[in-house]
Amino acid sequence: MSHAAPVSENSAGEYALSFKDLQVTFETSGPEVHAVKGLSLSVRPGEVVALVGESGSGKSVTSTAAMGLLPSNASVTGEAKVGNVNVVGLDQGKMRKMRATDIAMVFQEPMTALNPVLTIERQLTEALELHGIAYGRAATERAVELLTLVGIPDPAKRIKQYPHQFSGGQRQRIVIAMAISCDPKVIIADEPTTALDVTVQAEILDLLRELKDRLNTGILLITHNMGVVADMADQVAVMFQGNLVETGSVDQVLLHPQHEYTQRLLAAVPKLSSAHVDEIARHAEENAAKGRELVLEAKDLVLEYDMRGTKFRAVEGVSFDVAKGEVIGIVGESGSGKSTIAKAVIGLLPVAGGSLEINGQNLPKLSPREARAVRRKIGVIFQDPAASLNPRFPIGECITEPMVVHKEGTKASRIKRAEELLDAVKLPRNVINRYPHELSGGQRQRVCIARALTLSPELLIADEPTSALDVSVQAVVLEMLQELQRDFNFACLFVSHDLAVVDMLADHVVVMQSGKAVEQGLVKTVLHNPQHDYTRRLLAAAPVPDPHEQAVRREAWRALNSGK
Amino acid sequence: MSNTNEKAPENLTSIAEVEDAKLAATTEQSKSQSRIVLERFLRHKPAMVSAVVLVLVTLLAFTSIGFGPVPGWWKQSYLDAGSVVNGGKPTFSLLPTWLGGSGIAWGDHPFGQDSVGKDYFALVMNGTQKSIIIGVVVGLVGTFLGAVIGAVAGYFRGWVDEVLMRITDLFIVIPLLVLAAVLGQIAGRGSTSIIALAVVLGLVTWTGLARLVRGEILSLREREYVSAAQAMGSRTSRVIFKHLLPNTIGVIVVNATFAIAGAILLESSLSFLGFGVQQPESSLGLLISQYQNAFLTRPWLFWWPGMTIVVIALAVNFLGDGLRDAFDPRQTGKRRRRRAGLFAMPTRKEKP
Repeated sequence: MSHAAPVSENSAGEYALSFKDLQVTFETSGPEVHAVKGLSLSVRPGEVVALVGESGSGKSVTSTAAMGLLPSNASVTGEAKVGNVNVVGLDQGKMRKMRATDIAMVFQEPMTALNPVLTIERQLTEALELHGIAYGRAATERAVELLTLVGIPDPAKRIKQYPHQFSGGQRQRIVIAMAISCDPKVIIADEPTTALDVTVQAEILDLLRELKDRLNTGILLITHNMGVVADMADQVAVMFQGNLVETGSVDQVLLHPQHEYTQRLLAAVPKLSSAHVDEIARHAEENAAKGRELVLEAKDLVLEYDMRGTKFRAVEGVSFDVAKGEVIGIVGESGSGKSTIAKAVIGLLPVAGGSLEINGQNLPKLSPREARAVRRKIGVIFQDPAASLNPRFPIGECITEPMVVHKEGTKASRIKRAEELLDAVKLPRNVINRYPHELSGGQRQRVCIARALTLSPELLIADEPTSALDVSVQAVVLEMLQELQRDFNFACLFVSHDLAVVDMLADHVVVMQSGKAVEQGLVKTVLHNPQHDYTRRLLAAAPVPDPHEQAVRREAWRALNSGK
Repeated sequence: MSNTNEKAPENLTSIAEVEDAKLAATTEQSKSQSRIVLERFLRHKPAMVSAVVLVLVTLLAFTSIGFGPVPGWWKQSYLDAGSVVNGGKPTFSLLPTWLGGSGIAWGDHPFGQDSVGKDYFALVMNGTQKSIIIGVVVGLVGTFLGAVIGAVAGYFRGWVDEVLMRITDLFIVIPLLVLAAVLGQIAGRGSTSIIALAVVLGLVTWTGLARLVRGEILSLREREYVSAAQAMGSRTSRVIFKHLLPNTIGVIVVNATFAIAGAILLESSLSFLGFGVQQPESSLGLLISQYQNAFLTRPWLFWWPGMTIVVIALAVNFLGDGLRDAFDPRQTGKRRRRRAGLFAMPTRKEKP
C-alpha cells in the first residue's frame, strides 16, 4: 500500500475516485465560508480510504462535491474525478447518468434514506430501470439477488415489504444494496454506522468489507469514529478545518500520527483500558469507606409507556442505587430502556411498579407539590445540545431558570450565580447575554451542565450527554463533568451507549438489554471481566482505534457470533 | 455550528479550542432571535412598502374625518346630504393643465358625491376606519383564542385535545359566512359600535390558527428544553407561556396578518350582503352594495371603496409574506445571485 500521493495525470486512470486541489466555497449571507481548502486524495478500486474529521472539517462537503449534489450557493474549483471523468462543473444530465453506475452513496441515517411509502422492491428496481440495466421481472430478480448479497433473510418475500417493517440495521443493509445495485466503481459511505448500535455496526462493517472484496469497489469512508477507521480502512486522510492535515496508511496514521491534530484526536478517543482501574477502585473504596449515603435507590422498578391503551413495558424489575459522590453508568443499546429510567427519575414518566426513592422519599407516592420540592435537588443534562436550550432565552436566563422556577434569590444574586457557573464550565462571562444559536454544540452542552448545577443538586442525571458531540469536544466535556463531580460531590446517573465513556466516568454500571438489567456491579468487574454473554458482545463489538488490536478483536467478535 | 472562516485562529489543533477562541474573539453585539427576524423583515422591500402604505391609509382614514369625539381636518361630514355638484363627479385630479387636465387639485369632493349629495371621500374614509378596526380587533381576538386553544390542546393532548379539536372541527364545518351573518346581525342590531361585530367575527375565525399552533406545539413539546423545564419543576403555565408559545410566535404573527386581511374581506362581504355594518354608519362593503346599481352611470361610487379594500388587503398580505420570510428564511423562493465563474451553472443549452 503506497502513500495516497497527489494524483498525477497519467496515473489517474487507475483510480476509482480522485480529488485534485479541490476547493469548495459557500456563499452565505455573512462572510464566505471556505469549506474545503485544496484537497488531493485518491481511492483505488477495492481499497477503503477513510476520510476522518470532526464537524466543520469539510469531509461531508468533499463527498457531496464528488456526487455533484452541492447546493447552488457552493462554488467548486479543482478536480474531482470519478474514473476518468471530472465531475466538477459537469452537466447535470451527465452527472445523473453517472450516479449509481459509477458512484453511489450510503447515507448516515437509514431511517430517512428510504422512502417510507414505497416497497423495498420499488426502491431497489428504480435505479436498475433508470439506468437501463434490467426491467420488470428481471429487475426484481436482480433486486432479490442484491438482498441475498447483503444478508436479508427470505428476500423473495421480504422485498414486498415497506421500510418500517425492517430493523435499523436491515434498513442500512438495504441502503447498501441500493448503492451496489448498478456496480459502481466507488461507494461513498457517509458515516454509514453512526446511527446504529455497536453490535449492528460491527455487522454492517463486516458486510461492507466483504462486498468491496467481492465487487472490487473503492470505498470512500467518511467517519469521525477512529475505531471504525481501524476496522475498515487501508488508507486514512485526516481533515481539519477544511485542510487535509495528514494522509497515509492506516498503521502509519493511527499508530504513529505525525500531525498534532491527529495526535490529539486519537488521544481524545475514550478507551476501555486497565490503566485507570486502580484509580477507579481507589475512588470507589474511598466512598465505600465513608459509608454510603444513598441519594437514589430503585427497587424492582417497572416503567411502562401507554401506547393508545396498550401498555408497553419498557423497563422491568431493575434495581440499583447511587450514593453521594458516586457515578452509576447505565449502558445498553437503543430500546434497552436506559433513557426511560432517566426519564422516570426526572419525573417525566410515571412509575408503574416498584419504588424509586430519592433521599428516602418514594417518588411515585409524592403529591405534585412534594415532587416539585424533590426535583429541586435533581439536575439534568440531555443528549442534544441543539434542542435542550430554549432558543429565545439568553444564556444567563437559561442558567438561572431553575432559580426563577423555585423563586430563589434576587436578580443580582442570580446573575452572580450564573457568572460563577460559567466560570465553573470555563466559558467567558460575557456569554451571559448571548443566545444559544451563537454557541457551538460543545459550548451549549457546557451551558446545559451549568444549568443542571444551578441549584447545587444532590443528583445529576446525564442522558447521553456527549453522544452528539465531536470526539475532542466530548473529551473536554467529560473531563469537566469529572472535575465538577469531584468538586461538588453530587451523585450522578450517567446514561450512555458508549462503554468506554462509562468506564472512564462511572464507579458502578448497569448493563441493560430489552428493559432488563442483565449485569450490574462495579465498573471494574463488569467491563473488565464480563460474565453475561450480552456484555461480552457489547464489549467485543466496539471497535478500537488500533488496526492490529482491532483485527484481533474482529476475530473474537466473529467467534462470539458463530458460537451463538 | 462552527465552520471555517477567516477569523479562525490558525495554530490551534482542537475543535474545542478553536470554538472557544472564536467565542472569545467575537466582539459583535449578540442578537436575539427577534432582532434577527426584525432585521430580515426590514430588508424585505414589498413588506416595507406595504407597511408604509398601510400606515398612510390608516393615518388618512383616522385624521381626515376624525374619530369619535375628535374632529378631523376634512370639512364635510359623511352624514350630511348636500346639493349634487357636477353630477357628483370626483373633483380629485392629478393630470396637469398643460396635458389638458385641470391640474393637481383636491377640490370640494375629491371622491365625488353620492346620489343625495353626501361627500364620498368622507364616506369612504369612514368605511376604511371601520374596516381597519374590524381587521385589528378580529386579528387580536382570533389570534388570542386560536393561540391559547391550540397551545392547550397540543400541550395536554389526550381528552383535552379531543374535545378542543372537535369544537374546532364544528366551527370549521359550519359555513363561516352563514355563521358570521347570523351572529353579526344579532351583534350589529341596535348598537352603533362595530366592535361587537368584530368580536363576533373573531369568535368564529380562530380555527385555522388553533390547528396550526396545536401542530407546532405538538412537535415543540418533544424538544429537550421543554423536558428540561418540566424536570426542574416548572408549572404547566410557565412551560406553555414561557417556553412553548414564544417559539410559535412566527406562526402566530404570520397567521394574524392573514387573519386581518381575511377579516376585512369577510366584513366587506357581510356588509355587501346586508348583514354587517348598518346605516347610517358605512363600511367599504356596504358602500359597494349600496351603489352597485350605479356602477355604469357613476363608476367612482364603486371604484373608490373597491380599490381601498384591495389596497388594504394586499398590503396586509404582503406584510404577512414579509413576516413569514423573516421568520423562516428557508421558505423564500428567492435564491442568492450565483457568482459567475468556474462554477457558473451549466445550463440546458449546453446539452449536446
